[in-house]
Amino acid sequence: MSWAWLDSLRETIGQPQFTLLFAPAAKFLVAIVVILLIIAYLVFVERRLLGFLQVRLGPNRVGPWGLLQPIADILKLLIKEDTIPNRAVRWAYLLAPCLVVAPAFVIFSVVPFGPSPNAPGAPRWYVTDLDAAIIFVVALASLGIYGIILGGWSSNNKFSLLGGLRSAAQMVSYEVPQGLALVGPLMLAGSMSLVGIVESQAQRGLWFAVPQIVAFFIYFVAGVAETNRNPFDLPEAESELVAGFHTEYSGVRFALFFLGEYANMIVISAIAVTVFLGGWLRPFPSIEALAFLDLIPGAVWFFLKVFAFLFLFIWFRGTFPRFRFDQLMALGWKWLIPLALANLMVTGLLVVLLNGRT
Amino acid sequence: MNGNAPTGEPLFGLREMELNFGPQHPATHGVMRLKLKVDGERIVDCYPIIGYLHRGTEKLFELHPFFQNVPHTDRLDYVAAATNNLAYVGAVEKLVGLVVPPRARYIRVILAELQRISSHLVWLATHAIDIGAMTPFFYCFRERELILDLFEQYCGARLTLNSMRPGGQPYDLPQGWVERCGEFIAEFPAKVDEYEDLLTENRIWKRRTVGIGVLPPETAIAYGVTGPMLRGSGVDWDLRKALPYEAYGEVEFDVPVFHNCDTYDRYLVRIEEMRQSARIIRQCLDRLPDGPIMAKRPRVLKAAAATEAYHAVEGPKGELGFYIVGDGSTNPYRCHVRPTSFMNLQALPEMSRGALISDLVALIGTVDIVLGEIDR
Amino acid sequence: MSEAPKPPAELAPWEREPAAPQWQEAADDPVALALGEALGEALVSARTFAGDLTLEVRREAFRSACAALKERHDFTLLVDLCGVDFPKREERFEVVVHLYSFSANRRVRVKTAVGEGGEVPSLVPVYPAANWPERETWDMFGIRFADHPDLTRILLWEGFNGHPLRKDFPVEGIDTGAAIYPEYYEARQGPIAGTGTGWKVKNPPAAAPESGPEEKK
Repeated sequence: MSWAWLDSLRETIGQPQFTLLFAPAAKFLVAIVVILLIIAYLVFVERRLLGFLQVRLGPNRVGPWGLLQPIADILKLLIKEDTIPNRAVRWAYLLAPCLVVAPAFVIFSVVPFGPSPNAPGAPRWYVTDLDAAIIFVVALASLGIYGIILGGWSSNNKFSLLGGLRSAAQMVSYEVPQGLALVGPLMLAGSMSLVGIVESQAQRGLWFAVPQIVAFFIYFVAGVAETNRNPFDLPEAESELVAGFHTEYSGVRFALFFLGEYANMIVISAIAVTVFLGGWLRPFPSIEALAFLDLIPGAVWFFLKVFAFLFLFIWFRGTFPRFRFDQLMALGWKWLIPLALANLMVTGLLVVLLNGRT
Repeated sequence: MNGNAPTGEPLFGLREMELNFGPQHPATHGVMRLKLKVDGERIVDCYPIIGYLHRGTEKLFELHPFFQNVPHTDRLDYVAAATNNLAYVGAVEKLVGLVVPPRARYIRVILAELQRISSHLVWLATHAIDIGAMTPFFYCFRERELILDLFEQYCGARLTLNSMRPGGQPYDLPQGWVERCGEFIAEFPAKVDEYEDLLTENRIWKRRTVGIGVLPPETAIAYGVTGPMLRGSGVDWDLRKALPYEAYGEVEFDVPVFHNCDTYDRYLVRIEEMRQSARIIRQCLDRLPDGPIMAKRPRVLKAAAATEAYHAVEGPKGELGFYIVGDGSTNPYRCHVRPTSFMNLQALPEMSRGALISDLVALIGTVDIVLGEIDR
Repeated sequence: MSEAPKPPAELAPWEREPAAPQWQEAADDPVALALGEALGEALVSARTFAGDLTLEVRREAFRSACAALKERHDFTLLVDLCGVDFPKREERFEVVVHLYSFSANRRVRVKTAVGEGGEVPSLVPVYPAANWPERETWDMFGIRFADHPDLTRILLWEGFNGHPLRKDFPVEGIDTGAAIYPEYYEARQGPIAGTGTGWKVKNPPAAAPESGPEEKK
């Protein structure tokens, strides 16, 4: 009857090396599991919500109110045959889905889910607080494109190829306005760390969506395009390209693409919430009369806002037709990028003029 | 494990790619194959290949007596069976000189117009989903379901109606049908507004359809295009007005005509036609005469030798005609269908030249094809 | 409508025995007259049946007759084109085309006869709409159209042997299985011909060379 192992564990946890190495890994794991769960139920919620929008029921057979549907879906996808076309470029074909999923998940390591008081030993609601978090996010987000291009090209299917090409063009051109839109809040905050940006919003008592409404709008539109969601779902446009880049994929690998898309939706929402909507802050953080809202923990606020965004994604899908390829490019290059640049200039000018206060 | 294209051909050296759009493709509305030459996504050439659904219907017509051929017509344009019935029985009646009693004529018009609405609903649903708008699909099918219920109450079938006979109608309207149909018709225009809310002023919808697939009136006529496609090209021509048949001469309705000749205008034409159909049905229900529903006719219909008749009706997709040759026997000697979608589809290569693949999907939708009729 | 029974003389048309329409000479129809002037001998007959004007023309004048109708009488819409097979006639096939004039709001039917192996001038130069119907007529009857830009089968596949709407084509079909899979089936022993079950298989499918990829990893 020895509890020594518990003591030694306690001791190990106390070690600085542990905090440095294992705590982030553990946190990351928890984050991934939570995100995976959210994704599974996001798909379910999407189907039910679309059902609601489209005067039908949606899945309601598996478990109470269909709540076990995601599990059934995952099981189905796991046990399905993983087909590989004979003339596919094997290594690229196998690699592509992983390339889509991995970056999307890694981004969660820099997202602060809640407030992290400076007191030593207090729980921190992020895996790591990177100094250059925004650059990290943008860089990883663009890595996901390779997965889609590779998947489309290596399937050796013309529809997949067209889908891959479409997504290459689309994601490359929408990354520019997306990145530019992020620079505005960055200039206001004077920090590239996501935690820093939220803290700066807390100091100011103002969500950056207010002064940076244009950037916010651009970021969200570009984000919808980045995630290949309706009305920008051209790469997988079902009625045009069968299923676009993932036409040939089945089973687990298809599930990975699926996972990647939904993880990206959450990433875009999380970054938008962090940068523009004050992350874990309550609405109107400067108004004292609303202080009772602080009773709700920051993480809850954060996820509430993320879910509001996810709802928007689903709502779009139920409402809009699809853009055409050239119209999409025109929208990106002729509207969003000039608008983002103009916004940047105005922001820069204001920052310089009001230098003392910013 | 090299980086070359797996087929061994130089992938990026090619200027044009041949793309087989179909026969199994979500947007071809059945089994049609378009052999495309594409330069990137731009269509250089489009060659439709049809016949995957060929069942030899015209040969079958020759094997069965006039009365028994009605079910075959159901299977031509299978989303508009009543219209097919109407065209066929009209041709037989013209061939043998049968005169249909007024009540049967009115019932026929009601059925045909309900069928037009339901066919347009299927068209709108699939057209919208092709362009990426998912929700109108379910809205349209909600109303179509009610129409199919009405059909079911009338003749027992929902899709393959077999609802008309040469000489009149097989059944009278069941009790309460007129009221139920009236209720549906009263509610329907509001539903059309609902579809329009989603699409008509939607900027993405307009960008995808305005100026796409322009078909000038001369070209349309040259390619034998009829129906809503022709009216969307600015030609004010509707068989129901031009050569009235059944009870169409006795009801009031407008023929919507739009002049921009593009996909958007064809959409507007069909939307307005649904409203006008509702108007026609309303009038027919109000004026429904009493009396017999079947003309006096021999038990076995025989056409005189060396006779021939062509009769066409304005189907939901355009002019649907039957050309029947009689040889003195109980069967048609030859029964040719003038297939609407077949003729309309001929204009597709012309419309799609220089368009993008995304446009092609919108164009297939706007032609409103049913492969059962094209391939027969 | 539903009053006391009327005396026989006042029977409504639908209460009488159907009176079949009759053929009537229509040489005095303005369209027929004008066409007769233009074509002379080539216009064989002009009659109406059930109100439809039917013009029979010689084969050589088929296109010029339609072109004249289009240009002079505004029959701009080619409604339909099809073939009919009369095996007992000297020239067994008839090509029937329906034209419509928007201005006159009437249809006209133009027919021409053609024998086995004969050629009908294609209407595609006059009416682009004739393209597919002519292909269909070739497909179904084997009637050739001279100057047609692309006279190939349209509803049946390229290798099909025969023209199914001919009266002598068997209704139960022909041996198409052997036509498609010559390596599997003996000629006329395919699954569609005759008895259904007793077809002879030349090479069982398993023994046939695999049509898969050359290399497998």
